[in-house]
Order: sequence, then C-alpha cells, then structure tokens
Amino acid sequence: MSLIDISGNLLFVAFIAYLVGTFFFGGAIKSSKPDGAAKRADKWGKLAIIITIIGFIAHLSYFITRWIYTGHAPVSNMFEFTTAFGMFIIAAFILIYYMYRLTALGLVALPIALLIIGYAAMFPNDVDPLVPSLQSYWLTIHVITAALGQSVLAISAVAGLLYLLKDTDPNAKTKGRFWLEAVLYFMVLVIGFILATVTFRVIGYEADFTYVDKEGMNQEITYNMPAVFGMNEYVLLTDDVLEPFVETAPVINAQKLTTVFWSFIFGTILYILIRLITRRSILSMLHPLVKKVNLNLLDEIGYRSVLIGFPIFSLGALVFAMIWAQEAWGRFWGWDPKEVWALITWLFYAAYLHLRLSKGWEGNKSAWLACIGFAIILFNLIVVNLVIAGLHSYA
Amino acid sequence: MGKIICACGHENPEGTLLCEKCGQPLTEEGKKSKILNMRYDGIAIRSKTRNKSIVDKIWNFFSSVKVGVTLIIINLVAASIGTIFPQEFYVSVSTEEQKAAYYEETYGSLGKLYYELGLSNVYSSWWFQILVGMLAISIIVASIDRGLPLHRSLKNQRVKRHTSFMKRQRIVAEGPVTEGDPSKTLNLIEEKMKALKYKVRRDGNALLAERGRFARYGPYINHVGLIIFLFGVMLRLVPGFYVDESMWIREGETRAVPGMDGYFIENEDFILEMHDNEKTENQELQGVNVVAKNYQTDVKLYKQSEDAVPGQADNLELVEDYSIRVNHPLQHEGFSFYQMDFRLNELKTMKFELTKKETGESLGEVSIDLTNPQKEYVLNDQTKVELLGFYPDFSGFENGEPQTKTPDPNNPAFIFKMVTPEKPEGEVSFVAIQQTIEPNGDNTYKMEFQSVEMRDMSGLTVHKDSTIPILAIGGVIFMLGVAIGSYWNHRRVWVEQLEDGTIRLAAHTNKNWFSIKKDLNALSEFAHLPRYIDQGEEDKEADGEGKEKEGDSTL
Ligand code: HEM
Repeated sequence: MSLIDISGNLLFVAFIAYLVGTFFFGGAIKSSKPDGAAKRADKWGKLAIIITIIGFIAHLSYFITRWIYTGHAPVSNMFEFTTAFGMFIIAAFILIYYMYRLTALGLVALPIALLIIGYAAMFPNDVDPLVPSLQSYWLTIHVITAALGQSVLAISAVAGLLYLLKDTDPNAKTKGRFWLEAVLYFMVLVIGFILATVTFRVIGYEADFTYVDKEGMNQEITYNMPAVFGMNEYVLLTDDVLEPFVETAPVINAQKLTTVFWSFIFGTILYILIRLITRRSILSMLHPLVKKVNLNLLDEIGYRSVLIGFPIFSLGALVFAMIWAQEAWGRFWGWDPKEVWALITWLFYAAYLHLRLSKGWEGNKSAWLACIGFAIILFNLIVVNLVIAGLHSYA
Repeated sequence: MGKIICACGHENPEGTLLCEKCGQPLTEEGKKSKILNMRYDGIAIRSKTRNKSIVDKIWNFFSSVKVGVTLIIINLVAASIGTIFPQEFYVSVSTEEQKAAYYEETYGSLGKLYYELGLSNVYSSWWFQILVGMLAISIIVASIDRGLPLHRSLKNQRVKRHTSFMKRQRIVAEGPVTEGDPSKTLNLIEEKMKALKYKVRRDGNALLAERGRFARYGPYINHVGLIIFLFGVMLRLVPGFYVDESMWIREGETRAVPGMDGYFIENEDFILEMHDNEKTENQELQGVNVVAKNYQTDVKLYKQSEDAVPGQADNLELVEDYSIRVNHPLQHEGFSFYQMDFRLNELKTMKFELTKKETGESLGEVSIDLTNPQKEYVLNDQTKVELLGFYPDFSGFENGEPQTKTPDPNNPAFIFKMVTPEKPEGEVSFVAIQQTIEPNGDNTYKMEFQSVEMRDMSGLTVHKDSTIPILAIGGVIFMLGVAIGSYWNHRRVWVEQLEDGTIRLAAHTNKNWFSIKKDLNALSEFAHLPRYIDQGEEDKEADGEGKEKEGDSTL
C-alpha cells in the first residue's frame, strides 16, 4: 500500500470514529431514569470524547501522510481544504470541550464535521500540481491559521445551534422555530448532495457535452448527473442520456447548477421521508435531547469561542494573507472576491463582538448571529470558491 | 456642569452611574435593577454628559456603539456588493466603452446596471472611501470617549464598596463562614487569592482581589492598531510613498527601471516550466491541460555610475544578479521586482536573402532587427536594400496605405527598395508574411524569406511601498490588542466582613464567568465561605426561558 492509500484509509477511520462518537455523545446526554443517569452520562461522555480523539489522531495522520506524499500542505484544492477544515473543527471542539466539559457540544460538533468531510469526499481527491503562485510557505501558514480560526469560530455556531435547539419551543409557532427548522433542513440538503453524488457515481452516469464559454471559446464538459440544465450552446455527445431541459446563459455554470438541483431533490425527498416516518419536525426530535443543557453556559461558550477564534482568524485570514500577497504580487490587498469575503467574515464577527456589548444581544440573538457567521464562512468556502471565483478563474 | 453628590458624600461628575468612590448606584434605573450594569464601571463617559453644541452632537453620534456597528455592517454590505460581478481591474479591456460593453454582453442588463451604478469599481469609489473614513472616525471617537474615563476609574478603585453595590453584582454570597475561626477568614482569602494570581488590597474589614486588569485595555490597543493601519493606507496617496510601475522587457534587452532613477535592468532569459504530471480529475473538470510550474526571469540589475548622463545606458555597474520568480521578488533598496506576466516567442529578427528571381542567385543576406530596424542595409558599394516602410503589426491597407495595429512586431510587413547593379534605380516591393506585392509590375529581384529568431518577453512590476513599516506596526499593535482583550479577562472579587463576622462577597468579570466561578469555588472551599449565587442564572429561571433580555440603553 502506498502512502497515499494509507492516508486515504486514515481519513476513513477518522470518519467512522466521528460517526460512532456521535452516537456515544447522544447516549451521554440522553437521560431517561434519574437513577445514576449522571454517572452513566459521565461514562458515555468519556468514551465519546476518547473515540473523538482517536478519530482526530487518525485525521491528523491522514493530513501528515498526505503532506509527506505530496510535498506540500494538503490544503490546495477543494477536497484537501475541506477535509482539513473538518479536522480543525474537531480540534477546536476538543479544545473547547476540555475548557468546559460540556458533552452536549459533541452532539452538534461531530455531525457538522461529518457533513463537512462527507461533502469534501465528493470532490476529486487526486493530488493536484501547484501553480507558481501557490508555491510559498506563507500560503501554508496563511491557510492553516485561517482555517483554524474559522473552526474555532464555528464552535460558536455549534454552541449557538444547541442554544437554539433548547431555547426554541417546537410547539409554538414562531419565526425562530421556522428558521431553525430551515437550518436543519439545510443540513439534510448536504446529505442530499452526498446521496445524489454517490448514487450517480455508483450508476456510473456520464454525459459529455461541448459548449461555448463566455469568451466565445469552444469547451468540453462532462456531467456526472443527468443534465437538467445545459451549458451555453451545448451539444450533447453521449447517446441515450437525458437531454437538458433548459439552456443557461454563458456566465452560469449549468453543470454545477445541475448538481445543486439534484442535491435539492434528494435532500428534500429525504427530509419529507423523515417527516413522514417520524411524524415530527427535526426540531421536536432534537429538542428533548438537549433539555438539560444550561443556556447561560452555552451563551458563554459561544462568546468565548468567538473571542478565541477572532484573533486567530485575524492573524491567518488577514495578516498572513497580506504578507503572502505582498510577497507574491507586491500588493498586500487586491480586492479579489476570496479576500473580500475574508474581510466580510472578519467585519461580521467584529459586529458580533460589539453587539454583545449591549445586553439585548446576548442569548438567543447572539446564538443566531453565531449561526449566520458560520453561514458566511461556508459561503466563502463553497460559493466563493466554486461560483464567484470561477468567474475570474485566477491562478 | 452639574455634580451628583452621593450619599457617601463623594462628588461625581454628571452622567456618573455608579459612585466613583463607594459604587452606589446613582440613577433610578440603577437603584431598581437587580444586577448593576458594570460596563465602564459606571463612570461618566463624555458622550453621556454633554449634548449641547454641534460638536457634542457629532461626537455623540460617532461614539455610539450602535452607530459603530451600523457602520461596520454597511461597510460589510458594500464590500460584498463588489464581489457580485468581477471588478473592472479584473476585466482585460481598456477603454470605457469596451468595459460598458463587456458588462452588458457578459452579464446582461444586470451587468449593465452594475457598471452604470459604478459598482464595477466599488472599492475606489468616493462613497466607499467615505464609509471607511467614517468607520475610522467612529473608532477614534468611541475609544477616546470611553477609554480615558475608564482608565481613570480603574486606576482609582476603592477597596470598600457600598452595600447596594455589593448586593447588585451578578455573583454574590452572604452569610457566616461554614467552619473555623471567622477572624482568620480575610487572611485566608488573601492567601488563596494571591495563590490564584490575584492582586489583593485590604482596607480595614474590606478586601479587593483583582486580576488581569490590563485586559481592559485590549480593545483600545487594537483600535489604535487599526487606526495606524488605516493611516498607513492613506499615506500611500502621498506622492513618493508609493511606486507602482510595470514594464515589459525582452530577452537580451537592458532598460531603465521606471520609478527608480539611475537603475537599469537586463533580461537575460525568461523561463517557463510546466508540470509533467498526468492530467488530474480536477484538471479534467476545469479543462486545463497542463499546469505551470515556474515563471522565472533571470535578470541583472545595474546602477549608473555617479557621473553618467541620466537615462543613458552606459557606465553601468552591476548590483545584483538574480532569478525573479513568483513569490521570490528581487529586492533592492526598498524596491521590489515581481514576475507578473510574460509573452512567449515574440519575433526578434527576420532574415531575408536578396535573390534574382530567374536564377535564384543570391546577392547577400539582410537581417532585420524588428525592434530596431535600419533605414538601409548595404551589401556592397553597388548593392543595398532600403527600408521605405516598416509596419510591425500589419493589419491591412487603408486608402492604399499599409496600417499597423500596434507597435509590437506580431505581424511585420516591409516596403523594400532593392538597389542592385542590374537595377541601380531600385525596385520596390511590399513584403508581409505570406504576401508579396510589387507595385511597379514585375521585379527582377526579390527579398526571399530565410528565417526568424524569436525571443520571450517578461512583464515585471516595480514596487516601492514606504508605508509597509507603518502597516506592519499597525498590524502588530492590532494583534497584540485583540490577543490581550480576548485571552485575558479582568476579574474582581470584593469581600467585606461585617461586625458579627458575616462575610459579604461580590464578584465581577468583564467576560468568562465560567473561570471566575472556578476561582470562587476554590476560594470558598479554602476559606470556608458561604455558597455564592449567580443572580444572572436566577434571572433566567425566573423570567422563563426564551424570554429576551431587556435591551440596555447605555450603548
Ligand atoms: C472593524 C472595526 C473594529 C474592530 C476590528 C474592533 C475590534 C474590537 C474588539 C476585538 C473589541 C473587544 C470586544 C470584546 O472583547 O468583546 C472591541 C471593543 C470595543 N469597540 Fe471595537 N472594533 C472596531 C470598530 C469599532 C467601532 C467603529 C467602534 C465605535 C463605536 C468601536 C467601539 C468599541 C467599544 C466601545 C468597545 C468596548 C471597549 C470596552 O469594553 O472597554 N469599535 N473592538
């Protein structure tokens, strides 16, 4: 087995460990009988964190072996960066866990990491060669610190989500209930994306097209899902596959739009199935699980993780990024979309901190802000990388 | 200005919320509240005391955190708008009309609107810069407004606080010691708090333990860093602080460096290397065949000697021999040279042979340097070729005149006059690639194309940025400030022992209640103190979960 295979297997081990860990965390915070429940929670909780740490060590070993194999920090394409992001989220969770010993956090942190790794696994995992601008140790330092900062910030969303799961009454018709269910539905959509990708991959679906891009050049593209949307002036080259229903404008990447479409279909079907089988909203399923968590403590953990993450993020995403840009292009700031979105994330968390100076913005509102902050981070990871940056296709 | 006289006799400036001396609440709101608002320790901040003149009003506007947050959000939204479509500097067309057309063609009517609203150049628009400026003013004003009074009050803290101050802290404890001799309790507390790295002060039967006060300065330090940074950015507008030039230089050429007087740079070789990997799945998806591995220009940097004529490339002294690569600029005396662009295989020289059409007999060879063509090329005293016209980037005829699109030799065309012993009056011929026109009919001689030599061209940018040290200082101060404010916190524990030996305790931290409670747990056990209660928790239970806390008007 070569190093890269070992590396891949280690990642798989980590994934399984987090999956098992999630159930143990579930067991730890579930309380049925009062007798000895606290003790049992303790035992399950300890096991859960040990399994998580084992998973993290496997994950870290994946990272290091891949680094040795490729010769550069494995953060240079979507697959690599996103798996690393998942790893840092677990690292941040372990850090916060040992500060507050709150098992309930694991119940949200681990599934989020699982979704992120699952999402990453849908991208090609070959080792890509590095273009000249990426060959810099500043890039490594910058990306790793920024991802670490984002991960600690993400823990505030974990605490925020827990806060909201407890604080939102599943039986009262409120705006909060609607939006929280929407967040949970979004998570199901991520599973939908994974299901759709895997399904069509197993079938071995492939459809080749030629199309004309926005510069007027002829290009080829392969769809791995039935093409609902066709690229600009597409010509289908494969026989016996679905002919697109709609042709899109040249600035829209219809292939990605198709992926979004199928993820949406699969995710929504899954969501409806869950609702039909359990006859409850996801919120009302999760709400009883977190009955015992202390809201004040969650609020503080959320605030604390922003406080810990904000300086790391500032250092990684702004300071180191500027040093690198200065060295590579002679300008420390270039208003490129990725940069701008890092700045937006930073401004957002600055706003979060300042809003907390007022009491009215603690608790529920603050928890929502933490969730929005995480949404911005994900936006930067997914939309900016795949959609906006694609428009400029910079090195 | 009015004074507020506290029951304890201390005169406080107008706007004070908690007596500077004993901590008693001075406002109705404070007296009624269960937990005091401890932000800025209840001192009078400037914006709360004056609101008469126009200056006061402006001051109060900018010092408000509500306004500050609003400005942060507005800046955030404005910045995000600029990423909807690419900014103009990413669009590789030059004229205004071309830009307008580009946005409309590529992004439709939305793109047109985007361009017309000026959103395609958001970051250098006046209104965006004003927004950033307002944010900066807000940071400065708010920091002065709160920072100075806060500093004064933190410096002048009293040990002993009023009962109503103590009882209205979030964490309180009151009662007899649980075991042991009450007369030793204060000593025990002092001992334990010192072990927990608190600074302890005592005043009679009162005690104040304090730790991490410097953390309160964190936000002010980071704001100073931000302001220094923004100041540095503004300095770049001052001429001389910032040089940003770009130059094209061909292999073998030596050129004066723009913006760097007295220096010349020579391009010895441009090198482009590609990765030789098998095509990866990502490359497949993105339609990329090969990935570049290295862009490099081998250069020599020269300096003119003192007595040389400015701009003249003689008397050059070599200062540096360097390979400029991406991420590895050449640096010299504050100037940096970056590898930015390249153009491969530009035509350098073209060789022709003057031949007699019939026999193919050659009278000699002419080699034309396309960047520096001569007027005539003499082969011997009876034979020469005159260059009547040179069109480096020939694009067709207009009114019978050949035209050139650019001055770059992409598609060279020539008008030759061939003077030979046979035709001493000369024969004229127009020669372009794949095309020969003989205006005067059938010539005897022709210029036969032989070969070309090519060379590469490097695009370098030359930068000097004297503001970098200022930006770096700002950045470092900012990072120090956020680290101080985030990783440390200010914890205080006030204790008073009443006549009958009862202990009254109150504790406050600006953040991180979890840790101060840990300290208090250790303290209570060690000094046998009564159990403390967290009135904030009680609040929650009493109000019922889900109820939003009241907004607070001190912002
Ligand atoms: C992008 C700009 C800004 C950044 C990065 C920034 C950063 C920070 C940080 C990190 C804190 C500490 C927060 C905490 O510990 O919870 C803070 C506190 C504060 N900031 Fe800012 N700030 C910015 C803009 C502003 C503006 C525009 C105002 C104007 C009103 C302002 C006023 C304050 C105040 C009053 C505090 C509290 C100080 C204290 O607790 O003693 N800041 N700032």
